[in-house]
Amino acid sequence: MPSIIFIHPDGRRQQIEASVDESAMQAATRHDLSGILAECGGNAMCATCHVYVDEGWLARLPTMGGDEDALLDGAAAERQANSRLSCQIRLAADLDGLVLSLPDRQT
Amino acid sequence: MSATSRTDHVASAQGAPAGVPSLDVDPFSAEFFEDPHPIHQVLREAGPLVWLDKWGVYGVARYAEVHAVLNDPLTFCSSRGVGLSDFAKEKPWRPQSIILEADPPAHTRTRAVLAQVLSPTAMKGVREHFTAMAAAKVDELLARRSFDAVADLAEAYPLSVFPDAMGLKQEGRENLLPYASLVFNAFGPPNQLRQEAIERSAPHQAYVAAQCQRENLAPGGFGACIHARADAGDITADEAPLLVRSLLSAGLDTTVNGIGAAIYCLARFPDQLARLRGDPTLARNAFEEAIRYESPVQTFFRTTTREVELAGHRIGEGEKVLMFLGAANRDPRRWENPDSYDVTRRTSGHVGFGSGIHMCVGQLLARVEGEVMLAAIARKVAAIEITGPVKRRYNNTLRGLESLPITISPA
Repeated sequence: MPSIIFIHPDGRRQQIEASVDESAMQAATRHDLSGILAECGGNAMCATCHVYVDEGWLARLPTMGGDEDALLDGAAAERQANSRLSCQIRLAADLDGLVLSLPDRQT
Repeated sequence: MSATSRTDHVASAQGAPAGVPSLDVDPFSAEFFEDPHPIHQVLREAGPLVWLDKWGVYGVARYAEVHAVLNDPLTFCSSRGVGLSDFAKEKPWRPQSIILEADPPAHTRTRAVLAQVLSPTAMKGVREHFTAMAAAKVDELLARRSFDAVADLAEAYPLSVFPDAMGLKQEGRENLLPYASLVFNAFGPPNQLRQEAIERSAPHQAYVAAQCQRENLAPGGFGACIHARADAGDITADEAPLLVRSLLSAGLDTTVNGIGAAIYCLARFPDQLARLRGDPTLARNAFEEAIRYESPVQTFFRTTTREVELAGHRIGEGEKVLMFLGAANRDPRRWENPDSYDVTRRTSGHVGFGSGIHMCVGQLLARVEGEVMLAAIARKVAAIEITGPVKRRYNNTLRGLESLPITISPA
């Protein structure tokens, strides 16, 4: 069971247990993590589950699709090179320990 | 109303398939429009899949099955119509939508165009103006104190921002709400609501058809942006007006009923208005929760493209399946205290905007309108009191009010 470490804007680290068949967004909302809104419910339509991926993990994530790329341009917090939508990060055993930082705002 | 399992029937177009509970519920009746919730409960508790005898269709009212049907668009298709009418057997009442009533791969291309026109980036462009207009509207209503929250707020506010954002001309805008009402009535069965709406539709259809043309759409508006995608080669010049039509069909009456639902919630539940006033940043979630709680779009159909098993039952090809979005949004299997309106609820996953590839393409626009209006109310309004009879508006698909007389007091 992969675990994810979320880093809140105030620096607080929160580790949650995830399942291999869910997205990082689904794991976050299931644990009622503040900082991930996911207004569209994981349909890649809203850009409110924006995260910054720890540099060491970035290359190991699934490739970004065109929809996600376009949505990130409109994210509420500044888009950076390591920006992703957490609903598009499908978890797998080799992502155990994934580190994701939360932006200061989602809307 | 009764829930009985018919075991004396085999699957046929006329009767309930073996083992599927048959119900004599009519979700397109005055009884349902007045109060769908007890009927939703009957539907949910009868089983994960039911048969609606009155119209000869399957129904799903539990969250899991509604979500599953929405997310399997190749099996449960939209191209045969998302109303009761099966386009494989009946001519659509208007030229078929190239996005709502389309399946992949055709849908993928048109959907991408509207998703881009209504993207988060595009919303940043309208937000400031929408916010100022919401504040001005609330100031104007505070000066009046007593008014009808449907006509003077839920309709007036979207009408003050959406047609301009589309780039529509001033003349003829009175056709917009009747046209939308027609479109949503037409998803229903051939009852009086649908028949009368279609009989009276000619002037509204003529207006909308004209406004979809490029020369009638102001530069910079969403309408012109759609036509610009034709220049870029993403769609053809013939497709652009049909996509403009989609926004005119679904972009106004939906937000009217969404904002109306939110005001009605805040008027009925003063403790939630108090929480919102205490933290106006809850405005966006208060709107989202109103969408879950009232589900302004109550139902949509899909049609099976093949024989499929759903919730342990075999459904044949070419069957209509009615999804009860409002029932799914209050399914106790999915939601804690589903019948309470809670502005702090984690609403992610509700199906008020649908789910999957056909999920409302204008959801971001709806949220901007709802959020800025509720934020203005949170900052400026101390109390909302219902001061007269609340009247329901009947529509085969849309749930909302005809009249909500209220008095508001300033903060």
